[in-house]
Amino acid sequence: MSLTELLIGLAALVLAPFVGGFLRGVDRRITARMQGRIGPPVRQPFYDFLKLWGKAPSLPNRASLVWVWGYLLLTMVTVFMLFVGQDLLIIFFVLAFAAACLAFGAYSVRSPYAHIGAHRELLQMLSYEPILLLTVVAIFLQTGTFMVSGVLEHGQPLLLTLPLAFVAVLVALGIKLRKSPFDISASEHAHQELVRGVYTEYSGRTLALIELAHWYQLVLILAFVALFWAQPLWAGVLLALGAYFLEFVVDNVTARVRWTWMLSISWGKGVGLVLLNIVLIQFVFSSARV
Amino acid sequence: MGLISKARVKSPWIVHYCCGSCNGCDIEILACLTPYYDVERFGILNIGNPKHADLLVVTGPANRRSSRVLKNLYEQMPDPKLVMAVGACTATGGVFHNCYNILGGIDQVIPVDVYVPGCAARPEAVIDGVVLALDKLSKIK
Ligand code: SF4
Repeated sequence: MSLTELLIGLAALVLAPFVGGFLRGVDRRITARMQGRIGPPVRQPFYDFLKLWGKAPSLPNRASLVWVWGYLLLTMVTVFMLFVGQDLLIIFFVLAFAAACLAFGAYSVRSPYAHIGAHRELLQMLSYEPILLLTVVAIFLQTGTFMVSGVLEHGQPLLLTLPLAFVAVLVALGIKLRKSPFDISASEHAHQELVRGVYTEYSGRTLALIELAHWYQLVLILAFVALFWAQPLWAGVLLALGAYFLEFVVDNVTARVRWTWMLSISWGKGVGLVLLNIVLIQFVFSSARV
Repeated sequence: MGLISKARVKSPWIVHYCCGSCNGCDIEILACLTPYYDVERFGILNIGNPKHADLLVVTGPANRRSSRVLKNLYEQMPDPKLVMAVGACTATGGVFHNCYNILGGIDQVIPVDVYVPGCAARPEAVIDGVVLALDKLSKIK
């Protein structure tokens, strides 16, 4: 890892919360407009964060504090790794453990609401993980490397050869961001879902830390979407923002589905699409290249 | 005003509890969240979890059963917290006054910061009440 890479990684760690919080504010504003409301100011997520940070501590137990910090720090590690151009597979394994931390924290308290939220959080992970991992495999087959730096150097945009995998990633994006119709463990908006689902027992500072981790995660996932059109970079950024906007639309026109539906959509259609894409790479696109 | 107290005023999350009202006031509170009044533009969210909330919005009189729940909800909210009593029932017992099971207004059970009058309280009055509550919140150090 060279010094410039290290600096880019550190800069990403510092800037990601601002970008993530801003994007969340835009999300709330656009969602409100789509519902015929005015909506909160774009800087609203930062107010929420500061307010939560200033609340008096009320911890159910110490273990949940450890899990929350684990969630935040591991997510930060993944953002750092992505921006210094590390291995995509490792990034997603660490991200999976980070997401599991949130559920373990909810399991560590004796609240039935938090427990059901945690079950559902694990189900959501079960739905999107295969899509993300298989997509990484498809990227490997296309570029010959798992490294983000290698993908960035790949001349041709990945979207041209991985269109089906990209659609599957959009589904995974919705599940990961807990947007309708996949807001099963807890909703990103204030829709009530078994009190607050997986967040029920977190409050004050721990909730603020979770919010911070979500901002990092948003940046990470959108950066991953941007990899599909890595050259030139601005096209990738536009692609990521377009995908995010699509999530708002889907969020507002759909209702929550049951978890069995979510699993059948993600495993049946999502994984199916990625596998089909892998087959295409192997047989159709490769012969075209030769 | 410090950054955190400014943020408090800008993002009051409410939890709404019905102590046994006639539902008239509840409907008016929910009307505040609809596009017509849209209180989310002030950062107000109806969060439904006492552990996340800053403002407890109560409707209906305190009775022997609901007062225990009310007290429990109040104690679960982390400081700084405020209580807003919406409707005549919450202030004095209202039309339920002197019923065999009614204790009176909710201030018999928990401390109340803001009273919103009316039977039913109008959404405008509810929003005015929230503004008053925010004024109080900004003075908390
Ligand atoms: S104040 Fe009037 S409208 Fe409101 S809950 Fe009581 S009886 Fe119903």
